[in-house]
This record gives sequence, structure tokens and C-alpha cells, in this order.
Amino acid sequence: MDLLTFLQQLINGLSLGSLYALIAIGYTLVYGILRLINFAHGDLLMVAAYVAVMGVGLFSWPWPAAFGLAVGLTGLMGVLLERGAYRPLRRAPRISLLISAIAASFLLENLALVIYGGRAKPFPVPEMFTGAFVWGGLFVPRLSLIIPLVTGALLAGLFLIIYRTAVGRAMRAIASDLATVSLMGIDVNRIIAFTFLLGSLLAGAGGLLWAMKYPQVNPFMGILPGLKAFIAAVLGGIGNVTGAVLGGLLLGFLEVMIVAFFPAWAGYRDAVAFTLLIVLLLLRPTGLLGEALGEEKL
Amino acid sequence: MRLLNNVAIFITLAVAYNLINGVCGQLHLGPNAFITLGAYTAALLTMTPAEKTLNFLVTPLYWPLSQATLPFPAALLAGGLVAVAFALLTGFPVFRVRGDYLAIVTLGFGEVVRVLANNLQGVTNGPLGLKGLYPYTNLWWSWGVAVAATAVVAALVNSSYGRALNAIREDETAAKAMGINTFRHLLGAYLLSAFFFGVGGGLLAHLITTISPSLFTFFLTFNLLIIIVVGGLGSTTGAILAAAGFTLAGEWLRIVEEPTAIFGFTIPGIPGMRMVILSLALLLVIIFCRRGLMGRREFSWAGLGRLLRGGLPGSVPGAGRP
Amino acid sequence: MALLHTENLDMRFGGLSALEDLNLAVPAGGLYGLIGPNGAGKTTVFNLISGFLKPTGGRIVWDGEDVTGEPPHRLTDWGIARTFQNIRLFSDLSVLDNVLVGFHCRSHATWGEAVLRLPRYRREELDRRSRGLALLEEVGLAEAADQPAGKLPYGHQRRLEIARALATEPRCLLLDEPAAGLNPQETGDLISFIRGIQERYNLTILVIEHNLRLVMGLCQHLTVLDHGLTIAAGPPADIRKHPEVIRAYLGE
Ligand SMILES: Nc1ncnc2c1ncn2[C@@H]1O[C@H](COP(=O)(O)OP(=O)(O)OP(=O)(O)O)[C@@H](O)[C@H]1O
Ligand SMILES: [Mg+2]
Repeated sequence: MDLLTFLQQLINGLSLGSLYALIAIGYTLVYGILRLINFAHGDLLMVAAYVAVMGVGLFSWPWPAAFGLAVGLTGLMGVLLERGAYRPLRRAPRISLLISAIAASFLLENLALVIYGGRAKPFPVPEMFTGAFVWGGLFVPRLSLIIPLVTGALLAGLFLIIYRTAVGRAMRAIASDLATVSLMGIDVNRIIAFTFLLGSLLAGAGGLLWAMKYPQVNPFMGILPGLKAFIAAVLGGIGNVTGAVLGGLLLGFLEVMIVAFFPAWAGYRDAVAFTLLIVLLLLRPTGLLGEALGEEKL
Repeated sequence: MRLLNNVAIFITLAVAYNLINGVCGQLHLGPNAFITLGAYTAALLTMTPAEKTLNFLVTPLYWPLSQATLPFPAALLAGGLVAVAFALLTGFPVFRVRGDYLAIVTLGFGEVVRVLANNLQGVTNGPLGLKGLYPYTNLWWSWGVAVAATAVVAALVNSSYGRALNAIREDETAAKAMGINTFRHLLGAYLLSAFFFGVGGGLLAHLITTISPSLFTFFLTFNLLIIIVVGGLGSTTGAILAAAGFTLAGEWLRIVEEPTAIFGFTIPGIPGMRMVILSLALLLVIIFCRRGLMGRREFSWAGLGRLLRGGLPGSVPGAGRP
Repeated sequence: MALLHTENLDMRFGGLSALEDLNLAVPAGGLYGLIGPNGAGKTTVFNLISGFLKPTGGRIVWDGEDVTGEPPHRLTDWGIARTFQNIRLFSDLSVLDNVLVGFHCRSHATWGEAVLRLPRYRREELDRRSRGLALLEEVGLAEAADQPAGKLPYGHQRRLEIARALATEPRCLLLDEPAAGLNPQETGDLISFIRGIQERYNLTILVIEHNLRLVMGLCQHLTVLDHGLTIAAGPPADIRKHPEVIRAYLGE
């Protein structure tokens, strides 16, 4: 493998990795606060993609309007999810909460199936995001540059919110100790809903980028990116935003490189993430930057 | 016929699934992996070499699998044992973690096994799957296995080991303080459930006679999850009732997905509607009556006697006397 | 020789030193107290001895053998049982089942024997049941045997937790604030109950307690911790007068 191909794969890895990172942040935010894997997080990608397809394709809106609406509605959907499926079970045994999350995920997928049918729809990628640069043999799709930029910008915004605002302070407080915070007169429900809103807005953005990268939309498109992004979050140490970004990038690079170096293994690509997860759990159950997983303080 | 076989197989699977999820309280999301292994193993072992050559057109099946043929019961057993071997292999990473992580790792097994089944063409024939299996599964086999699985699981749950498993579900820390080696106990339950998943998979394969990786997705696990939650997590009786009910209702719900003609109007089927109804049902059960149909109660003759003697609930004995 | 002793036991959580240089020597038989203000590191000592935490330094020696780093279930096998500061019963299981879970670790029957109900399993199970009922009788919970443990009144839950620990046939029992949340009447009952089981089973009992008066009356030897450090050790009469103890408890 020569340098050029390597650089090429690096670019591909960066674009896939930052996409995983963007989605992983949503998982990590919610997990940090509720200690819950939001199984339906991946399906929010799908929601965003369908709304955009409707907006651009069906109603022929200009794409910024359609995309904005898609992200906004996805955010709302996340809040709705929390209200409907998670809040009623906050004091229930964990297993109930997880089952509820899985049920919600299936509900979203199959609602989409009922509404839009099972056939994949093409995603109308706006002109601005198509095309590529060619630099001395290096092929760089415009999107591969846009994705890391968007991820970086959103991340910066997120850090501003977490570390510079009152809501962010409350979020961090809840993440470290929910019980005490409830006693301090912070409206925990509001903060949790806000966290879901943030995470889901990011999922919305991630969904649109994903749909432009792989321009096909179907009801189950969110499952695999969702699972992988979750693994990325665990890889980085769940609950830790920086860790989620690192884990996402790592997973993206690894997937791209494995396929590039061992083309015969391309079919196993989707197993990479899970294998990585299992190895990680055996060797370093805390993730790269994280605290111990699910260990209870006596 | 086919429906009754289906009921029996789902009872086997649900009873095994309830052991690990309901009794031990560990959210295992990978039964489809074990069912796949059982189905493929059993199928490959019952097919004759000629049938195998016919199936494996793209990549020939590896020797010695290509030559081996076993009688159906031995093949079923082998399916169960392969699933157990996989459980033994995966048990170590699985039970290093708990809760959400355990759920996601086991979910990963399902994915990994599916990816393997799609890619290891020399063993599984890839996405094409295996066709033309002999329909060995009949009522004797399916119900025989269902009864055996139920008997074994119920005997275990009602034993000292079952109590220990319940204790782990209730409070693992306290269980450890009671001298319970929680890893060994959970692993035991995990292996036993894997065995019945494997055998159930073998039965399933020889009932539908055509298998492919797309048959054993997470969707299958989701169905089992609905069954045990609706039946009442932890109740074997509940799992049996719900498995039977689910299989029959599933048949009935198929109506909403197929075009139906009522009074001369044709109502087009809506694909996905069945799953919408099912997932909504699961969501409602878990939110509003978390204990499901049976709670953790079990059927017992004594209980039945009490119910009959006591009459209908609410009727006060002797209330009719002046 | 001491039944249980610790040598220079250290426990750090990240930057926080929860316990430093603890040297306990607990001879067999009798009641020993571990006292100290909130956050002194008392529960940490129990978590170390019962194997729930691995020490960052030092050794734990049980009956002449080094048991440092052994997992909790092994230590229970060795004969160390404990209760928890915030009661941890198997709430949905019946009172009797809670106790029977305690007996489980002493059973020899294998999984197969249990499933097939072979004679050895049946014998053990019968024996367990009769001893379980006798134990419940002894702690005064026999009538409640079939109730879910979580439905018991608080004081009874404390007793059940002790009974459950006794079912593992310990030689040493660690009680973490057994009188917390009890009224004076219940506390009095509990004290005579603890004395009773200590004598009947010839146990070595280590008690953590906040209530100074209670431990002073109950234990023949006390160890006082503050901020992870051992500030005093000795018979109650000496501890009562110890200036460091008075300062730790009353503040400057
Ligand atoms: N698992 C843990 N992880 C991190 N810190 C811990 C852990 N367990 C205990 N600590 C810390 O160690 C210190 C000692 O705690 P410990 O529970 O032993 O105190 P204690 O003497 O039992 O107090 P109390 O009287 O309140 O029960 C405390 O500061 C506590 O926060
Ligand atoms: Mg304490």
C-alpha cells in the first residue's frame, strides 16, 4: 500500500469516524445522566432522514428549510421518547427500562415502515454537498470534509453549553449524582428533557449527514450506525464526551483500514465493532477514558 | 399442524429465555445467535452428501461436514451442544459486565453470528442459506422437547440453585455475601438456556425446511422478549402461556398485513402493522403492568385447588347466609 | 493467635485515602467494635475483609492464611459473613427463601442432582428447610416465613439479614450498624439478640456502630477510626477517656 492510498483511507476514516463520533455523543450525554442506553437513538437518524426526504422531495422546500425542520423534529421526537417511554420507568428495575427502550426503537422503525413502506428511498443530496476535489491523485469528496467540520462545530457548541451555561452545570451535576441534585431544588425532569433534546438534535444532524454519505433511506437504516456509535461511546468510556469523539474516530478508522488492507474481509466489516467491544470488555472494561462500567458503590 | 409445532418450539425457546432474563434478571439479547447455531448445525448434519452438493453451488462445503450425516435426534443434540460451546466461549466476556453492557454485548453476538453466517460460505452457504431440509420436526419431537425443556427448567428454578439465581436477580451484592459464586451460577443458567436455544433452532430448521441468515435477526429475539415480558418475567408458566398465545395471535395478526376482502372491499395489507401493534403492546405492558400476565407466580395444583375452593375472587364464603 | 488480623491495610479511591495502615487483631470469640464519625472508613474495612474491595496495600490474614484479594463468595466459604449498612435483602423472595439462600453455599449437590432431584439433593433440601425454619423460630420470624422479605417491618428486616448471614454458618460475623434506624426498645432487643447468638454459636462478632453507648456496653474491645486513621484501640473504659476520641466525636 502506497502513501497515497493510505492518505485516501485516512480521509475516508476521518469522515466515517467523525460521523460515528457525532452520534456517539448523543448516547454518551443520555447515558451520563440516566445511565441508560437509549436504544432508540439510532432510529432518530432515520427520523431525520425521512423528514428531510419529505421536505425536499415531496414538498420541494429549499434544502436548508427541510434540513432545519428535520433536525428540529428529531430533537422533539427525542424529548417525546423520554416522556413516553423512559420517564414513567425511572424508578423501575433497570431491565424494564431497557426493555422499554428496545420496544420504543422497534415502534419507531415499524411506524416508519407502515408510513413510508419498506422500499429504500433515494436521499436528495443538495448540490452543495456533492462533488469532490482531486488533489494529485487524492480523491476527496466534498462531504468528507464537511462531515468533520460540522461535527467539530457542533462539538464546540456542545462544550459551550455544557461548560458555560447554567443548564450545562446542572447537567454535569446530575451526571455525577442524581439523588443529591433532586434535593437541591433543580428541576431534574427539565434537565433530563433538555439532555434528550441536545442528544437528539445531534442525532438529527448525524442522520442527515449519514443519509448524504449513503444516500438511501429505509426504516431500519439507523440500527447499525446506532449500535456502532454506541460501541464507540463505550470504547471511549461512556459518559465522557471527549471519549465518545475519540472512540468514534477510532472505530471509523479501524473499519475503513480493515477493509482497505484486507479486502477479503470486507464482509466482516460489521462485526469489527462488536469484536472490538468484546475485546475491550475483557481487557479494559472502563473504556479509554471512562469510569468503571456498571459497578455499584457499596 | 405447523402452528402447533410452532407453539411447541416457541415454548421451548421462551422457557429457556425466561431462565436467563426473568429468573437471573440478566437482559440477554442474543438468543438468535444460539438459535442460528443450533439450526445450522442440525441442518448440516441431517442433510445427505448429495443434498449438500446440490445446495453448495458457489463454494463447496468443507470436509468432513460435507460427508457427515446423522439421524435427526443426534443432529438436534449436536445443535444444542454447539450452542453450549459458543456459550462457554462467550460466557467470560458476557458476565464480566452487567446491565446495559451485558445487553449490548449479547446483542453483538447475534450480529457477529449473522455476519459469520453470511460470509463463511464454505460452512453456511452464505446468504443463500440451506434449502430442502427434510421436515423431520413433527409434533412428537417438538412437544417432546418442549415438555423436557419445561421440566428441566422448572426443576432447576424450584431448586436451591434456582433460589440462588433469584437471589442474584434481586441483589447480586448480597448474593455474593451469601457465598454464591455469581459468575458460576449465571454461567450455568446461560449454558442451559443456550442448549435449549440450540435444540429449538434445530427443530425450527427442520420445520420450515429452508434457512438463511436473514431468518435469525434480532427480530426473533424481540419476539421472545415480548413473550416473556407479557408472560411475566420470571414465571415459567407465564412464558408457556404467552408463547402459545403469541404464536396463535401472531398468526391472527398476520391478517393486518395481508390484503383482506371484507364485504367486497379489498383492504390492502399494511406491512409493519403487526410489529407496530406488538411493540406498542410491549411498551404498554412494561410501563403499565410490569409484572405481566403471571407476575412471578407459577401454576401449581395446590394453587388451582385453592382457586376452585375459594370460588371466584370477591365472593365471600358464607355471604349468602341470613 | 488472632482469628482475623490485618496488617498495614490501605485503601485508596483515586486521590482519596479511605483507610490507612489498619492493624486489627481479632481473637476468636467475643464482640469487637469499630467506631468513628461519618466517612471514617468503617464500612470500607468491612468491604475489604469480606472481599468486596481489594486493598491497595497490606494483607488480611484469616485463621493463619493470607486471604487478601479473595472474592466475597470464597470468604463466605471460609466462614466470614456480613450484613450491610443499608439493608440488602432479596426483597421479592419469601423470608424463608432468604434464609435458604444462605444455606446454599454449604450444599454439595450439583446442578444435575438438583434438577433430577437425586437423593443427596433431596436430603440436603429437607435438612435446609428444617434448619431454616428453626433459625426463623429462633430470631422470632417464624410466622412471617412465607411473606416477601421486602414487606417486613424495618426492625424485622434487620433481624432477617442477620439470620440470613447466620445461615452461611460463619465463624465470624460482620455487622454494619445493626441498630441504625431502630427505636430504643428495638435496640435493646437487638443487643440481647446479638449477645445471644454470639454465645450460642461461639461467634466472633465485629460490629460497626454509631451509637457510642451501645457499643460501649456491648463490646469488650473497640477500635476507633477517623479519616481512615486508627486513632485509638482498647477496652471501652479506656476509649471513653481517650482525648483523641473525644475530640473526633465532639469536634474541636
Ligand atoms: N467504592 C467507593 N468509591 C469511592 N469512594 C468510596 C467508596 N467507598 C467508600 N468511599 C469513600 O471512602 C470514605 C470512607 O467511607 P466509609 O463508607 O468506609 O465510611 P463509614 O465510616 O462507613 O461512614 P458512615 O458512618 O457514613 O457509614 C468516604 O469518604 C467514602 O466516600
Ligand atoms: Mg458505613
